[in-house]
Amino acid sequence: MLKLRTILVLLVLLSGVGILVAQDDFVPPTADDIVWTCPEGFEGQTLNVFNWSTYIGETTVEDFERLCGVTVNYDTFEGNEAMVARLRQGNPGFDVTFANEYIIPTMLREELIMPINLDNIPNFVNIAERWRGLSFDPENEYSVPYLWGTTGIAYNVEKVGETITSWEQVYNYNGPVAWLNDSRSSLSVALKLLGFEPTSQNPDEIAQARDFLLQRSSNVVDIHDDDGQLMLERGEVDIVVEYSGDIYQLIATCECDTYSYVIPEEGGVADVASMLVPTGAQNPALAEVFMDYLLDPAVGAMIVNFTTYATPNQAAIDSGFIDPAILTNPATAPSEEALANMWFLADVGDAEQAYNDAWDEILILAGS
Amino acid sequence: MANSVINRSTLALERAGIRRRYPATTGIGKTGFWFISLAGYFFLWAPIVLLVVFSFNDARTVNSWHGFTFKWYENILTGAAGGEASFATDLMLSSLGNSLFVGFAATFISTLLGTMVALSLARGNYPGKRYIEGLLLLPVIIPEITQGVSLAMFFKIVFDFIEQSSGTRALPGFGTIIIGHVVFNISYVAVVVRARLADMNPRLEEAANDLGANGWQTFWRITFPLMIPGILAGALLAFTLSLDDFVVTFFLSGIGTTTLPVFVYGLLKVSVTPDINAISTLMLIISTVLIGISLLLQNRSLGRS
Repeated sequence: MLKLRTILVLLVLLSGVGILVAQDDFVPPTADDIVWTCPEGFEGQTLNVFNWSTYIGETTVEDFERLCGVTVNYDTFEGNEAMVARLRQGNPGFDVTFANEYIIPTMLREELIMPINLDNIPNFVNIAERWRGLSFDPENEYSVPYLWGTTGIAYNVEKVGETITSWEQVYNYNGPVAWLNDSRSSLSVALKLLGFEPTSQNPDEIAQARDFLLQRSSNVVDIHDDDGQLMLERGEVDIVVEYSGDIYQLIATCECDTYSYVIPEEGGVADVASMLVPTGAQNPALAEVFMDYLLDPAVGAMIVNFTTYATPNQAAIDSGFIDPAILTNPATAPSEEALANMWFLADVGDAEQAYNDAWDEILILAGS
Repeated sequence: MANSVINRSTLALERAGIRRRYPATTGIGKTGFWFISLAGYFFLWAPIVLLVVFSFNDARTVNSWHGFTFKWYENILTGAAGGEASFATDLMLSSLGNSLFVGFAATFISTLLGTMVALSLARGNYPGKRYIEGLLLLPVIIPEITQGVSLAMFFKIVFDFIEQSSGTRALPGFGTIIIGHVVFNISYVAVVVRARLADMNPRLEEAANDLGANGWQTFWRITFPLMIPGILAGALLAFTLSLDDFVVTFFLSGIGTTTLPVFVYGLLKVSVTPDINAISTLMLIISTVLIGISLLLQNRSLGRS
């Protein structure tokens, strides 16, 4: 018996999320904490969900099946582009899909998504003001925010020796730095620092942003493909530009105060995944019911506890159901000032080519 | 001495039963060959060994070692036995089930069709045979993405037509995925079986004919038994390809048809669960056994003919 308990404790300790923070007072929410009730008349129906593989709570799907008496088919895709490519070939019956902000204008233009009736999603009020009516869908006619993340600066506190608050500190740092191989995101920071729109479509401004970055690239040892957290952990670089989702695990599992993550005061790129109803959905009404359910405070909290992404669901944050270790991790809890200065990457139309050309030059001249 | 060996004609040597010694098989050359194959195997296997090792890692990270554990395997086995498993494990197991179903169905159909194609090419004689033989290789050569997109477009047109003419809505699903897999598998099966048929001694069939067997009897009693190793080898190849396929599967997928490769790619957004390492290791063992059997069958068949 004692042995079993020891094993259980070990399992909990080593199971990744919230490893070290003493969690004496945190009790993870269960299905009993869900206050949401399923509207009448959906029993026996089917909901087809299309999402990234485990980009949802551990019990979210089964709880919904039980509460509504429905069957959920959960199919997966690899990324925004693949999902759109699949829907372009005709929707086989998916009712809910998830997508990042930058691809939503494309989906709208190609009529791949349908309008949503917010009257059927009363829990929409749980979403923080900041995350409503975002630039790509000002009236939330088509999309409901789901989870979000940022692209910021992760650094080794001991080696850098000072608190980073500005992008200029990264550019002027005397030591190894790695940038993220993401043309739009990297150039948007330069555009912002130059005083232009981060989503500028002006080729001159994009060229200036390129030169701006090239002048500041002398300390860059690599432009990495999304493995910045590993480079930082191995000590190859002291500072790395990376997505918050990748840095979270490093900070949560290292049992140290070595690493920190910051969105500088000038701001940075935010990304938000939204819930959408694809055109050709076989049960759009149940899709709206499902969205409403996902916005329940306890359900939203369980999704955050499992995915460790930040949530726009203010009610979930206030409920106390989210693991405090997540809410205090700098990767998932940026400061208010930083949040206020963030921007999204919008569709830039034909200027995409100018971005790619500028970034190619940077990759050749500054990369490796 | 060495000079005189090189100067003498190879033909004379062969007649005398002496094999010519090439510099590459002696001294530095020998070490070099040994080193190259070692490096080659290291290059091929090091990442896989790493995967196997980390399937026993007692942490979610793949960057550092945190102690030995069987828990990822236990996770999979409890999930497979119908017990309480995590959401990710459940999802992974159902996708594995889908993969196996698609794999078996596609292998069965493509082996049947591929064998018939191989037979017709090896034994038949009709105009345009050479072109059919050439076309057979097409699915092997053309990029998978082209195949996936063109099949998806094809099914879209067919389904639209069905909907317009009969009013019922046809949807992609396991049917379309299996057809898609059969399309590329036929070629592989046909090529393997064709090679087997080419190795077969035609006199065996002639002898059967001479002894009074009709075409049907000759086929079932002589040709088919001799083909079996080739057919099995082709089927195993088809099964492996089917299990691996991502692109074609994704473009032809419907509701509830997520296969294991599609599931694994879908983990890109969140961290990869170590369950994946464990199940990959299990599948690696199964694939290795299957390929071993396939090689054994091919060798035995060669030895016999």
